[in-house]
Amino acid sequence: MKRMNRRTKALAVSIAAAVVFLLIYLLGILIPDNAVASGFLQAKLPPSWEHPFGTDALGRDLLMRTLKGLSVSMTIGIAASGLSAVIAACIGIVAASGSRRADAFISWLIDLVMGIPHTVLIILISFSLGRGLKGLLVGVMATHWCSMARLIRGEVLQLRNRQYVTMSRRLGKTECWILVHHLLPHLLPQFFVGIVLMFPHAILHEASISFLGFGLPPEQPAIGIILAESMRYISVGMWWPAVFPGLMLVLLVLLLDRLGDNLRIVLDPYSAQE
Amino acid sequence: MKEIVWRLGRIFLTNGIKIITLLLAVSLISFILVSASPTDPVRQYILGLGTAISPEQQAEIEAYWGVNEPPVERYLSWLGELMRGNMGESALYRRPVSDIIGERFMNSFALMLCAWVLAGLNGLILGCIMGMYQDKWPDKLIKKTCYLLSSVPMFWLGMLFLLVFSVTLRWFPIGFSGPIGVLSEDVTVRQKLYYLILPAFTLSVMSFSNIALHTRQKLIDVLNSEYVLFARARGEGRWTILRRHGLRNILLPALTLQFASFAELFSGAVLAETVFSYPGLGSAAAAAGLNADVPLLLGVTLFSTLFVCVGNMIADLLYGIVDPRMREAVK
Repeated sequence: MKRMNRRTKALAVSIAAAVVFLLIYLLGILIPDNAVASGFLQAKLPPSWEHPFGTDALGRDLLMRTLKGLSVSMTIGIAASGLSAVIAACIGIVAASGSRRADAFISWLIDLVMGIPHTVLIILISFSLGRGLKGLLVGVMATHWCSMARLIRGEVLQLRNRQYVTMSRRLGKTECWILVHHLLPHLLPQFFVGIVLMFPHAILHEASISFLGFGLPPEQPAIGIILAESMRYISVGMWWPAVFPGLMLVLLVLLLDRLGDNLRIVLDPYSAQE
Repeated sequence: MKEIVWRLGRIFLTNGIKIITLLLAVSLISFILVSASPTDPVRQYILGLGTAISPEQQAEIEAYWGVNEPPVERYLSWLGELMRGNMGESALYRRPVSDIIGERFMNSFALMLCAWVLAGLNGLILGCIMGMYQDKWPDKLIKKTCYLLSSVPMFWLGMLFLLVFSVTLRWFPIGFSGPIGVLSEDVTVRQKLYYLILPAFTLSVMSFSNIALHTRQKLIDVLNSEYVLFARARGEGRWTILRRHGLRNILLPALTLQFASFAELFSGAVLAETVFSYPGLGSAAAAAGLNADVPLLLGVTLFSTLFVCVGNMIADLLYGIVDPRMREAVK
């Protein structure tokens, strides 16, 4: 068998990761609600063949709950990182191509958001929006755009001084035309890779905030909530509700990281020379 | 000397102005956010009283809290009181917010300081090892671990440590900052330290990878430089080179990075304190948010912002004053 070159390999890994990812997501959605129904006869069972992850204090199967929880977390992660990437792109472009005053203001705004510890800011936002899904989404969104906005700002500032951009400006093209024809083609790959790399981070934040008790209501089995519930039984030695869902979360995040890294190799033309 | 003082003053001044504008903006934003909340703080306060209350009394409380005044006026009066050092009374703990923050910050400070020092030292040592053995197995192993740790949620790691060290091995207590049944004044320093070890260790494990990876990169840059090549040609050994050329170049940026990471440190402390039921500022923030304790939530937000800003300022100062190259550049 011929050895795959780096690009093909990266593409294959990306596709495989994306497929696994989709599979978990679909599984979580397709699992019927009665699979996680509570049954007091089988409460607090340690892992067995019938219940690979064991059952929790209400007798719910933890594997099913974990899968459902992962898909809930993914939905929030996708939505939050997608939206915050769009915000980051807009703000980054405005900062780099607007007036100097706009740039200074945006830098100040970024300093402001970075100045409040993220967990505290998300708690504040979640409190302001009455907890629940909305607060979680807006909170994760509001704390994640900064670093990407900085990245895009730097990139645009660099691109604007390239010869071909100055050239088209001399030729009388409008700023808008330059943005669409010269800047966006450069920014788009970075933008997509940025979303994918932001995604695991958003999921981790979501899990932490649900763990603290903000965010989703207890009926929706997000991973953070399952782990928060398991905290109560940790001292009596019930280890499985704490270990397995967390492990699955870590695996998911690792998978997404891998996806992002490989996607960068595929999409970013500069990485070919590395 | 005069120039250094002048430079120091300028850094203090610009940073001071920045901190004041940031704090004002944070106070305004957090005030707007809290005002927009659907949770009614007055009702929460009354619920917290635990007794029934007549409509007249409720009206009195509302008048005292200024609920019916326009928001701008409310903000200004709150800000005015804040300037005088009055942060209001916590609805959850029934004590002045400044007292609670002061007391809990001492706990949090001990936790964060231990974690901060531990993470810095570990990061530095591991980073040096990685840099010295670039692309050999110690480097690969530690690098993998660093990347792995950045994918692990901090609170889950805390739970695992609890399971292993407290529940199974019984080496450490399960939570709190002192033994149960002992008044907080009677807890000895040794007991406090004993209760601190596990949360501080968890927090430090979560934050050392950044500094380790940074140190690694920096050390590799140094080792590839011409002066190290010359030193090697002179016959200096690996460890002499690390001591004479590596550490001197690495220490300052690493320290600056550490000071600039106060925001993550505080974020992590919120989670660590919740997992280990440690009575610090972070768990107070979470409790304030869950129980609609508006004065405490606002107070913690402002205080944590100040904390982060001070860290950033120290980082700036270190960079501008201690680094001989920056000092030379000014001249």
